[in-house]
Amino acid sequence: MGFEGIGASVRRKEDSRFLNGRGNYTDDINRPGQLHAYVKRSDRAHATIGGIDISAAAKAPGVVAVFTGADLAKEEIGGLPCGWQIHNKDGSPMAEPPHPVLAVGKVRHVGDPIAVVIAETKQQAKDAAELLSIGYTDLPAAASLAAALAPGAPTVHDEVAGNICYDWQIGDKAVVDGVFAGAHKVVRLDLMNNRLIPNAMEPRAAIGDYDVNSGEYTLYTTSQNPHVIRLLMGAFVLHIPENKLRVVAPDVGGGFGSKIYHYAEEAIVTWASAKVRRPVKWTAERTESFISDAHGRDHVSVAEMAVDAQGKFLGLRVSTQANMGAYLSTFAPCVPTYLYATLLAGCYTTPVIYCEVKAVFTNTVPVDAYRGAGRPEAAFLLERLVDAVALDTGIDRVELRRRNFIPVDAFPYQTPVALAYDSGDYQTTLRVALKNADWDGFEARRTAAKARGKLRGIGISTYLEACGIAPSAVAGSLGARAGLYEVANIRVHPTGSVTVFTGSHSHGQGHETTFAQLVVDQLGVPLDQIDVVHGDTAKIPFGMGTYGSRSLAVGGSAMVKAMDKIIAKGKKIAAHLMEASVEDIEFANNTFTVAGTDKSKTLTDISLAAYVPHNYPIEELEPGLDETAFYDPKNFTFPGGCHIGEVEIDPETGVVQVVNFTAVDDVGRVINPMIVEGQVQGGIAQGIGQALLEAAVYDENGQLMSGSMMDYTMPRADNLPNIHVATENTMCTHNPLGSKGCGEVGAIGSPPAVINAICDALKEYGVRHMNMPATSGKIWSIINAGPSKMAAE
Amino acid sequence: MPQVTLTVNGKQHTVEVENRTLLVEVLREKLALTGTHVGCDTSQCGACVVHVDGVSAKSCTMLAVQAAGTSVLTIEGLAAADGTLHPMQEMFREHHALQCGFCTPGMVMSAIDLVNNHPAGLTEQEIRDGLEGNLCRCTGYHNIVKAIAAAHPLMHAKA
Repeated sequence: MGFEGIGASVRRKEDSRFLNGRGNYTDDINRPGQLHAYVKRSDRAHATIGGIDISAAAKAPGVVAVFTGADLAKEEIGGLPCGWQIHNKDGSPMAEPPHPVLAVGKVRHVGDPIAVVIAETKQQAKDAAELLSIGYTDLPAAASLAAALAPGAPTVHDEVAGNICYDWQIGDKAVVDGVFAGAHKVVRLDLMNNRLIPNAMEPRAAIGDYDVNSGEYTLYTTSQNPHVIRLLMGAFVLHIPENKLRVVAPDVGGGFGSKIYHYAEEAIVTWASAKVRRPVKWTAERTESFISDAHGRDHVSVAEMAVDAQGKFLGLRVSTQANMGAYLSTFAPCVPTYLYATLLAGCYTTPVIYCEVKAVFTNTVPVDAYRGAGRPEAAFLLERLVDAVALDTGIDRVELRRRNFIPVDAFPYQTPVALAYDSGDYQTTLRVALKNADWDGFEARRTAAKARGKLRGIGISTYLEACGIAPSAVAGSLGARAGLYEVANIRVHPTGSVTVFTGSHSHGQGHETTFAQLVVDQLGVPLDQIDVVHGDTAKIPFGMGTYGSRSLAVGGSAMVKAMDKIIAKGKKIAAHLMEASVEDIEFANNTFTVAGTDKSKTLTDISLAAYVPHNYPIEELEPGLDETAFYDPKNFTFPGGCHIGEVEIDPETGVVQVVNFTAVDDVGRVINPMIVEGQVQGGIAQGIGQALLEAAVYDENGQLMSGSMMDYTMPRADNLPNIHVATENTMCTHNPLGSKGCGEVGAIGSPPAVINAICDALKEYGVRHMNMPATSGKIWSIINAGPSKMAAE
Repeated sequence: MPQVTLTVNGKQHTVEVENRTLLVEVLREKLALTGTHVGCDTSQCGACVVHVDGVSAKSCTMLAVQAAGTSVLTIEGLAAADGTLHPMQEMFREHHALQCGFCTPGMVMSAIDLVNNHPAGLTEQEIRDGLEGNLCRCTGYHNIVKAIAAAHPLMHAKA
């Protein structure tokens, strides 16, 4: 047994079952007597529904039941709740129209669920759904931000005038306008952040299982946060108290944000299982995923930077429109506000910032957090704008960044947009990335590429993110309707093995290994004697789940706190057994010792005494060695770093190949370097996907044109380079681990690095900006038009 | 309903199927071999790849009746009876070539076929091109490519 604690690249404990095909994903679960549900969805973007004729479907072979929105309404089933309330500039609350589980009277996007058919087999349910007759009357659709904001636009929700969900701001506009009025130079960029479809490889699935005898409901679901689903669905939708509702999120095949939210199908199968008194299973086909999983991004922005003669940033002014889709998904309102505008200082000393955000309803699938959530949009805007400032001022883009970095001695650093950074060293991540990417050798590579007929460019992004969201009280004051702590229960068993019960959820992050390493480090228990349990509300005291790179910084901190309690209690037991004073007991390497003596007891001696309390301080101490901790973070954590992309463009085809990608990130304390590297590589792959390939495209009628994996370009192995990842870490100062988070840095830092590289490669064509995805068609058109007059002059 | 007899992981089964039943549905629903996954409905993702008579095939794109009389190998049948992992499985673990695990069974089965078909060796580009039929959303493929390169000599040394 080698070193297994913090800092070791331990091979993953979870891999054995996945590599042998013994994972236990939701669709792998089958309950006795189970029926199958098929959800009938709207094929129109916007239509009223006059009536639904279910008679033929109800009589079809194998059909047990057909339910529509009217059936749910009769039982006063609530709409899907929104977990975050934003306020308008004038202090009034955002528009929050109802989000029915099954559409009532009107459908608002292609994919809006209308009815559910429940049958003995999946095929029977699907066949019967073809027999449903739905009385649509088409309405004109508002299928984009521009269409929804145009005068006379169709109204997605009758009660929401102009389709405006909210019109929000941060910063003092008058002050910022004043700075702009007196600035040496103002640099402006108009940008859009392309709409993405998360596409976790496992499609969503849900099984509702009602126990007639106990009246208890169990929901098996593809969720990143089973306790949050229990809370939202139990309290707001189905009115089931927590003691009668168990939510299990077993192995989950990727999430990237899309499995945070409470979805209609979870409520449908849970409710229906009690109606039909049999378990009901639903599994999405990929086509359904495209039109029912929450999408990501979809911003249109105007960004302006005021600079002085030396290129110092004096002020930033941003106006953004954010597409909410047809309904508010669970956390949608906070994404383009508190996860976006508060990030606009980036790693720069910009003293004043103003940002206004209009959130808009459209006849499209709801939009919510997708890997990075708001922060990629902020980083793309800022890092593109900084390159534009470099272009307009003639200052070298690396030098410009250095001049504006928050210096290492300025922490803690209060930004003008609410966040207070605790630590970071942006000069170091930049310096190491430049070295690792051989930035200085680039011009030679460009020349060599030119000789081969290729256009080569290099781009840099010095991004910042905020993750591990909290503290709860602050989030609450900003509109969160939930707490943002995490929970850990550490159970030391009588013979010294350990089970960790965590409210975090692993769907690819390797928590079963990383979290076990925390126990190795703190309690000295060997890795193979530690198990990590997650994803079941019946086993875990409580939890808020996994999103926003919070699991280690928040969930891991809860474990540290619970283990502190274990050690504190263990010391009391050890003091009793060794007839010493508690103050003299020390704990290290799995052993309690009396300071200055050779007396010692192992953790197993202590746990055995705790569960077999024959010789035990029973008057002052309860038996057992099992502790729970809730950890509410004191601040966000602030990872950051430098990403450098290097591209080659084939001018004959416009195809971009990312030939080198270098990341140097500051993620705080690293527990398992192998896992961190994998997380960052995966994030960068999604970032390169956003930059080059991926886009959710709607036509003007609200039909999703990129509605399958044949049309939506997922990055494949031959689209991506090897990804060179390193870390240069400063410690988070306010959590006990010093960890910051690594799950999203890749997706946040990489898109601007790639686009900056493409703009660099195309500079002789006068390309100042390019929106994502930078497809070959777009690039070929630019090259085919020839070098710009501006560049030629 | 048609009856189909096929051998799966060395064991013969006879199952009743509809004409439209897919091989993957037989594996997952009739034989409870849930290691083979369904990640899409357009034959794009490769999560369902198995070997049919020694050749990789997307089991979501093959009718069960087409598999009559064949020998199918799924991810569950890959490791030795004593639990020793196939070199490809072992290299996936060693190189952290999986995260959520959902694409992994299909990825491993495709990778084995790729290596089998290139006994003389595989360049990195050939591996990347050879993975054209398999999607992974977690890893960025970097470690999958490494794992396959590392498994190649082990597999051909064994043969």
